[in-house]
Amino acid sequence: MHGSPTASAGTLIVGAGQAGLQLAVSLRAGGYSAPITLAGAETDRPYQRPPLSKSFLAGTIDEDNLALRAPGFYTDNDIDVVAASRIVTLNPDSSGASALTNGGRVIRFERLALTTGSRPRRLTVPGADLFGVCYLRSIDDAGRLRELLNAAHSVVVIGGGFIGLEAAAAARRRGLHVTVVESSGRLLRRVVAPPISEFYRQAHLKRGVRFRMGCGVTAVHGDDDGNVTTVELSDGTRLAADVVIVGIGVEPRIELARQLGLDCARGIIVDDQARTSNPSIVAAGDCTVQPHPRHPETLIGLESVQNAVDQAKVAAATILGVSRPPAVVPWFWSDQSDLKLQIAGLSTGYDEFVVRGDPATESFSVLYYRQSRLIAVDAVNQPHDFMAVKRALALGASIPATVAGDTRSALKVLMGAPDPAERLTVGVRP
Amino acid sequence: MPKIVLHAPNGALFTVDAQIGASVMETAVKHGVPGIVAECGGALSCATCHIYVAEAYIDLTGRADDFEDEMLDDTVADRKPNSRLSCQIRMTAALDGLEADIAPEQ
Repeated sequence: MHGSPTASAGTLIVGAGQAGLQLAVSLRAGGYSAPITLAGAETDRPYQRPPLSKSFLAGTIDEDNLALRAPGFYTDNDIDVVAASRIVTLNPDSSGASALTNGGRVIRFERLALTTGSRPRRLTVPGADLFGVCYLRSIDDAGRLRELLNAAHSVVVIGGGFIGLEAAAAARRRGLHVTVVESSGRLLRRVVAPPISEFYRQAHLKRGVRFRMGCGVTAVHGDDDGNVTTVELSDGTRLAADVVIVGIGVEPRIELARQLGLDCARGIIVDDQARTSNPSIVAAGDCTVQPHPRHPETLIGLESVQNAVDQAKVAAATILGVSRPPAVVPWFWSDQSDLKLQIAGLSTGYDEFVVRGDPATESFSVLYYRQSRLIAVDAVNQPHDFMAVKRALALGASIPATVAGDTRSALKVLMGAPDPAERLTVGVRP
Repeated sequence: MPKIVLHAPNGALFTVDAQIGASVMETAVKHGVPGIVAECGGALSCATCHIYVAEAYIDLTGRADDFEDEMLDDTVADRKPNSRLSCQIRMTAALDGLEADIAPEQ
């Protein structure tokens, strides 16, 4: 069925993560019949990353559970997965556009999609390359870390963000001594309001994790064999460590985009059709920045499975030349110990928040407002609040801040009438 | 290998082989069964793998636990007594032939 008389060279998708896979899947689902090549630098076929810092690290699931599709899926859908191949050069302009892999293979293409993802930001202090200093991004990273934790006693986690806290919880569950070092004054600073930050600090403390807040790391020290032994902090103290987990954020992979001369900020700049500054090239997932759905003058990067999947669907629609799917409410989750955080909406730019429920019960939520309009929720072990706000945001309904804290009423009961003007209508083609 | 029989919202029927221990969601997604979105990959976070388990199997699969129960209260498609999130059903030999309808919307 593939390969018409005027055989198209098809689409090359660079990056075989969640976004890349979804793009391929959505192209086929949309009737795309030309070749699809999905090229990835890793040896594994597309797999789920979120469990790597959660259940995989805790040891409750294994590599087999991580694969996003069965091997037969790719043959059945005629998706050519080129694994363990990094694209080093792209030549998109000529009539016979092609890419060159690090293994010397040439891949021809007509349309190009960049789903290159991101890489962990590296620790740059002296000793950062000692054995035992780990990052958490790939199956290989997580597998190696899991091995090391089996023989570890003391773990220092650098960075109090989601990856750091999830890894800290998993290490603590194994009974290890765990200290989280966070350079700012509070945890998850970039993404949540102070009550959530403080809740997580208390909750992890209660489970035996220690914290060094407001401290930077100045050096990592090791023994004569090159194994890490201590982490030195900006106040001069040294923490014993046989494993150091670095979770200090990610950097979008934009080298190829730059090579192509595409406009980039922190990530590859795309519009609400997932088009780069060269409209024939699309990009999706962690490697991109995009217009904020309600404040399009601001570019935002969304590092989430949900964004990878939904932006990839948009990118596929652009390649297919059909209307993009409707915008969805951004959402995110984090599992730390027995605490499930679910986030709906984007809280950036909030000017007011309401705490609903008592954080001491470990089941509560925080609703965020901007100019009195509901914009997001962080729900801890509180799925009803998460689901209600997610739906309210999708419908363009608000929940007045004056009543949102009243736990005697369910949020879905407190929800106001949908306002069509507030619905997420971004990107619908005129 | 136990089999799972899934009725897609468009009427199509899918029979897929499951590995013991794998979830119904995982098995369906890996084989490309449409209608089960499962954005969170089985973390009980998104409620987009909603199915209706056939009556004959509901005692074998059991009912939703507390957290799943709360998520099911707010799914897009109607909740029914036999509603489950398919990421929370692990396949066993006893579940061979498990039949379910995929919810029309996720």
